[in-house]
Amino acid sequence: MSATMDKGGGFRAWLNKRLPVDQFVADQLTGYYAPKNFNIWYFFGSLALLVFVMQIVTGIFVTMHFKAGEASAFNSVEYLRREVPYGWLLQYMHAVGASFFFIVVYLHMARAFLYGSYKGPRELLWVIGMLIYLALMAEAFMGYVLPYGNMSYWGAQVIINLFGTIPGIGPDLVEWIRGDYGIGDATLTRFFSLHVVALPFVIALLIALHLVALRQTGSNNPDGIEIKENLGADGKPKDGIPFHPYYTLKDIVGVGLFLTAFAIVVFFVPTFGGLFMEGPNFEPANPSSTPEHIAPVWYFTPYYAILRAVPDQKMGALLMALSVVAFLFLPWLDRAKNKSIRYRGLASKILLGTFFVTFLMLMWLGLKPADGIYVLLARIFTVLYFAFYILLPFVSKADGNGPVPERVTYHAH
Amino acid sequence: MPTKFASLLGALVLLAGASGSFANEGGHAGWQREADNEVANLPSLQRGARNFMSYCSGCHSIKYMRYSRLAEDLKISDKLRDEMLVRPGEKFSDYIVSSMPAADAQEWFGKPPPDLSLVARSRGSDWIFNFLTTFYADPASRQTGVNNLQLPGTAMPHVLASVQGVQSAVWDNVEHKGEDGKPVVTTEFKSFEPGVVGTLTPEQFDEFARDTVNFLQYVSDPAQLERQSLGIWVVLFLLMFTGIAYMLKTEYWKDVR
Repeated sequence: MSATMDKGGGFRAWLNKRLPVDQFVADQLTGYYAPKNFNIWYFFGSLALLVFVMQIVTGIFVTMHFKAGEASAFNSVEYLRREVPYGWLLQYMHAVGASFFFIVVYLHMARAFLYGSYKGPRELLWVIGMLIYLALMAEAFMGYVLPYGNMSYWGAQVIINLFGTIPGIGPDLVEWIRGDYGIGDATLTRFFSLHVVALPFVIALLIALHLVALRQTGSNNPDGIEIKENLGADGKPKDGIPFHPYYTLKDIVGVGLFLTAFAIVVFFVPTFGGLFMEGPNFEPANPSSTPEHIAPVWYFTPYYAILRAVPDQKMGALLMALSVVAFLFLPWLDRAKNKSIRYRGLASKILLGTFFVTFLMLMWLGLKPADGIYVLLARIFTVLYFAFYILLPFVSKADGNGPVPERVTYHAH
Repeated sequence: MPTKFASLLGALVLLAGASGSFANEGGHAGWQREADNEVANLPSLQRGARNFMSYCSGCHSIKYMRYSRLAEDLKISDKLRDEMLVRPGEKFSDYIVSSMPAADAQEWFGKPPPDLSLVARSRGSDWIFNFLTTFYADPASRQTGVNNLQLPGTAMPHVLASVQGVQSAVWDNVEHKGEDGKPVVTTEFKSFEPGVVGTLTPEQFDEFARDTVNFLQYVSDPAQLERQSLGIWVVLFLLMFTGIAYMLKTEYWKDVR
């Protein structure tokens, strides 16, 4: 420890005596060993952090121009898009950023499903991650309500009323959330406060915890074997490489690719054909004009499809809540010895593949009107969604115990 | 250059198109057409602005748009702007707001004419194009004498009758199976027939409508012209950045065995 602290002279020594900069870099970057076999799925953690920072920065500037309030919110967003120099860039980056946040987070979660990253000893890492996801959903929902377009209004109406299905306290709770008998000024000002102050703080704290927990256990990898169990003579993992410079440089390539895709959407198709910004939301909120189909933004639609698939609203709300909360129990439902899908049997592969397809199908169905064949399909896929969680303990126990290699799979370039 | 690059981004545009159909709701009636307008076409935007100011702005506002911004983006000279665009008693920095009192509008049409600043985003340009081109004579409509395929029962009179003329609709009785399996007869639109002739031919009128739609699409997001030309440089820079980052990464990763 003292060796690194004494390094260098002059200002650097002065600084390190007072702030352990070199020590931090040594512990967390150059001396932190990560498995060398990360593939493309391992880009999305650092990218999620990047989007978070981007949302905070663009959010700071959007907040300077946004005026929460029934009469002012919609106009202030249009003013920002049209009359503030590069206001359109800020607003689009922030709005498109929300969708990209979820793209990245869903891929990050899919990675954990594929390689069993949620399994011991990383159960808490997964649970903290899921709390980030829940906080992010609340953050995104409120952010969607703020511009106060017609879909903001009606979407908020549907989502807030869901809390009314809670027995006993429901109706009072709904009123408390809205701050009024209907959605209006009081709702917007409190959502604004929560969106720019409370939830960003919560998310930042959870991200910090997520990273601390990651450093404690070390990263999983596509082979799902623990590199710490195979140390070299120097006490370092044989299959590990220093995070810096190897993964910092690799992640920068990921950042470049991500920003290119992001810029293409922001500059050329910011509404993404009505998927990232919905048409009806370019009309101001109007309590007397319901949009033809009320659909939340794409990242909520899997759960929305489950809600609508159930004829009884209370049961629907309960199943929807369950479908989100189910993720939390994954580490204990998966009873396989092996983590990675690479070393599990065909049944596990089919089960997981079906789950991925189910999630995407529900996402698509949530965007469709709830009539005809769509209702039937939504019911089928809702059953399949929960079937995954019910079957997982048995399937994973049965076919996740084969032999695994001692060393990770890596082909040098 | 911008259009060439846009074609390079074809894959993404396709993706966006797919997402469009992804979010698309309901069926697509046979008479519906695509607006096929091109927002980069400046003369078309200028003609559309002229059409809008002559035929629409008496009743409809584009309240988020200033005369000055419009003139600047559409390359209309200050002289022409002040003479032709800005209405008497208004300044060039004013927003383009209809002078029709809301109470009168309510009485005349049953509802105030909506602001059109964002209609191209909320409804889409194809919707506006079909709305503008499918007015037809309908004696059953006592208020205006016309009806519309895209928005049946619209409160809007056929403002463009002098240029389009007034066409009449031919209907067909179509028999198909109802939900309970019994045959149901519904009346479906078949085609238009020319009625009263306007000053423009049907082809010319389509162009007229297309220009107007194009203008409204520009108005819905005036930054889009600047956005796309700036975007090309941003994307080019990022691709270069990614390329260099990749080479740097490869160089370092040679050591990893």
